[in-house]
Amino acid sequence: MNDQLKHLTGEVAKGKMTRREFVGRAAALGVTAAVANSMLAESARADAHAMPKRGGMMRIGSSGGESTNTQDPALVASEAPLNNIRSWGELLVEVDSEGLIENRMAESVEASADAKTWVFKIRKGIPFSNGKDMTPDDVLKTMQRHSNEESQSGALGIMKGIADMKVDGDNFIVELETANADLPYLMADYHLMIQPNGGMDDPAAAIGTGPYTLEIDEPGVRHAYKRREDYWDAENRGFADEIEQLVLNDATARTAALQSGQVHIINRIDPKVASLLDRAPGLRVESVAGRGHYVFIAHVDTEPFSNNDVMLALKYAINREEMVDKILRGYGSVGNDFPINASYPLFDDSIPQREHSIEKAREHYEKSGHDGSPIILRVADGAFPGAVDAAALFQETAKAAGIPLEIKREPNDGYWSEVWNVQPFCASYWGGRPVQDQMYTTAYLSTADWNDTRWKRPEFDKMLNAAKAELDAVKRKEIYSQMGRMLREEGGVILPMFNDFVAGVSDDIGGWNNDPNGPVMNNMSHIKCWLKDA
Amino acid sequence: MHPIIKLIAQRLALGLMLLFAASILIFGGTMMLPGDVAQQILGQSATPESLANLRAELGLNDPPITRYFNWLGGFLTGDLGTALSNGRDIGESVSFRLGNTLFLAFWAAAISVPLAIFLGLLAVRYKDRWPDKLISAVTLTTISIPEFMIGYILIYWISIQLGWFSSVSIIYDTMTLGEKLNAIAIPVMVLTLVVLAHMMRMTRAAILNVMQSAYIETAELKGMGMLKIIRKHAFPNAIAPIVNVVMLNLAYLVVGVVVIEVVFAYPGMGQYLVDHVSKRDVPVVQACGLIFAAVYIGLNLVADIVSILANPRLRHPK
Repeated sequence: MNDQLKHLTGEVAKGKMTRREFVGRAAALGVTAAVANSMLAESARADAHAMPKRGGMMRIGSSGGESTNTQDPALVASEAPLNNIRSWGELLVEVDSEGLIENRMAESVEASADAKTWVFKIRKGIPFSNGKDMTPDDVLKTMQRHSNEESQSGALGIMKGIADMKVDGDNFIVELETANADLPYLMADYHLMIQPNGGMDDPAAAIGTGPYTLEIDEPGVRHAYKRREDYWDAENRGFADEIEQLVLNDATARTAALQSGQVHIINRIDPKVASLLDRAPGLRVESVAGRGHYVFIAHVDTEPFSNNDVMLALKYAINREEMVDKILRGYGSVGNDFPINASYPLFDDSIPQREHSIEKAREHYEKSGHDGSPIILRVADGAFPGAVDAAALFQETAKAAGIPLEIKREPNDGYWSEVWNVQPFCASYWGGRPVQDQMYTTAYLSTADWNDTRWKRPEFDKMLNAAKAELDAVKRKEIYSQMGRMLREEGGVILPMFNDFVAGVSDDIGGWNNDPNGPVMNNMSHIKCWLKDA
Repeated sequence: MHPIIKLIAQRLALGLMLLFAASILIFGGTMMLPGDVAQQILGQSATPESLANLRAELGLNDPPITRYFNWLGGFLTGDLGTALSNGRDIGESVSFRLGNTLFLAFWAAAISVPLAIFLGLLAVRYKDRWPDKLISAVTLTTISIPEFMIGYILIYWISIQLGWFSSVSIIYDTMTLGEKLNAIAIPVMVLTLVVLAHMMRMTRAAILNVMQSAYIETAELKGMGMLKIIRKHAFPNAIAPIVNVVMLNLAYLVVGVVVIEVVFAYPGMGQYLVDHVSKRDVPVVQACGLIFAAVYIGLNLVADIVSILANPRLRHPK
């Protein structure tokens, strides 16, 4: 079957084309209707009996890699290095695509009734790639390294609430200062890869319990991996014999590499080209609604944003639908001025959606008594893809409501140190977190380092802590709903849109499964997918 | 002492002084960048305590002058230090990257320089006739299109549509020379198109200038063929300006191709430098900056010396 026909059958399978259309198009390519129909049946059968295949070399093209990257899990902050540590390392637990906890190095997880003591039973007989077996002590050392005040770990913040950790036989036990029903979700943080002796000897040694071993490490260029024969979960992961990750930061270079067949999977497709790329033969574009969102953030302790009518005026002035259409090209959904959407567990969908309304914006603006001096919004290209354009759209709709929004363009360089979390009003993004508690704790707790809207409300903190300790899901959902409503009404975050994760996948790849936890199957596509023709 | 040796010694000394001045400028420039390396390494995930810890660990609390002389001393003794951001040996990473950059620059130069000079000579031979106009029109068009655009166009046609060469130019040690050349074929084409016009036009202008001279007319009156006149009489006298522009373009091929490196994911010096600038990795930025400055100054030095040697009036001063 030639590429064109293969592509057409794929389109039918994806529901983009009807059977009738397919037969018509196939006829144009010189195929009789009978043959076309049997082709379709064959293609459907092939999909239904998709069995993992072993072997071959899978290549992925990733953005977010630099020549400064390291294999130390504590310092990972972008996608290419994250793909790296996922290749050789594993966590205690993971969050699966349904939002449930999947046990990895832990065999089982149990909480005490007050959710203050957590017991992780550690699996036995799982070898590290250096030949030694992983022990509960390695788990303890790993967690100690990441919770050390002197460490530079990105997981330091989430380790702070832990009062004590110890090993008891096969168990790794965590004692919390305050109860937290979501602790396993925190332990699924990707920095917390279990390393021999906690990685204290050589954190960047790339030795772990994952399916691959590091063969070539050229940061910012490429990373090559080889499958381990002694991998413990070979049934489910690590199908390709070899993995090669090419760092392709340029969006066009990435799509060109996928189109010319030099890589099988690419991350971060620009929404502007996604629908065009999807029409190309031999590949498809996969998108999944995630928890990541783009925001305009104001400090609510600073004039004029401390005046809630100014905030409400800005919130009504922004046209969310237009932003999703024009900035995300439909690869996303509208936001509602609090950082939670339906991708989170315990989301309350009865909270009304804020609609764009020039009248209400004008009404609130006039009520605020703002003196008419320009409200300065700082923005850079790097704040989020399309941030400058989004700010321009915002400025136009605000102008219609009589709000003098002024855009100040900032350089990408130094944006995260000089503007974000420093200036009172700017554009930014959040990657989202697996659970509501973590999102709120990271950015909306009074004492959070990244409280980038200066949202300091004792009653909000109290609700957050109450929800943490609440093991009854119904009551928890109610508390989270109240918090969401409060932030929506009075918070400093203007949240116009949640962005989808958009990836490009070659038709040679089997086992793709959209995962809202992160881009490219939560950065595990290379260890969970297989090559159909291997 | 022979005046030429003196002149060359003078040039070399001047070059070294320039390099020293450049190192001070580079150091001062990196100091002025907003934010510091600790802030950039931790990015959005920075907390005050992790920042303070990292700063102390990286020695960012020493005064700038101490850091400058420590580094310069290290550089002169061949120790480029380790990168702040990932703890790797800079000398090792740089030599790999520099090797790649020179590899690409070499092949681009090997094709573009002879081609440009040949086309320049051809343009002079057929001055104001269609070959001259065609050569100028084509080369001026390609120099006017941004290089990344030419890159994308060639990727689309040559790599995606025709499938001849790879669109990703990542090269590594285990590749054979043939595989490497295949990988860099498209970027070499792009670079050739980008630098061709400058050198071709300069060759044409320099030779045409000489062609006005009385001795060319004499040669013509002797009945010499046009190409032979250009080759024997005009070209040797036009070498100085041509070498100058060739060297400028060679320097560009080494230090100015970061856009091409990004488009083709080529692991060269430019991308390496940009990554480290954005991480405020001062030692790496300075090492790269100084190497770039040395390449630039060195190539210009060569151009100067060649023009001195090519010019009898400078060779035999009265």
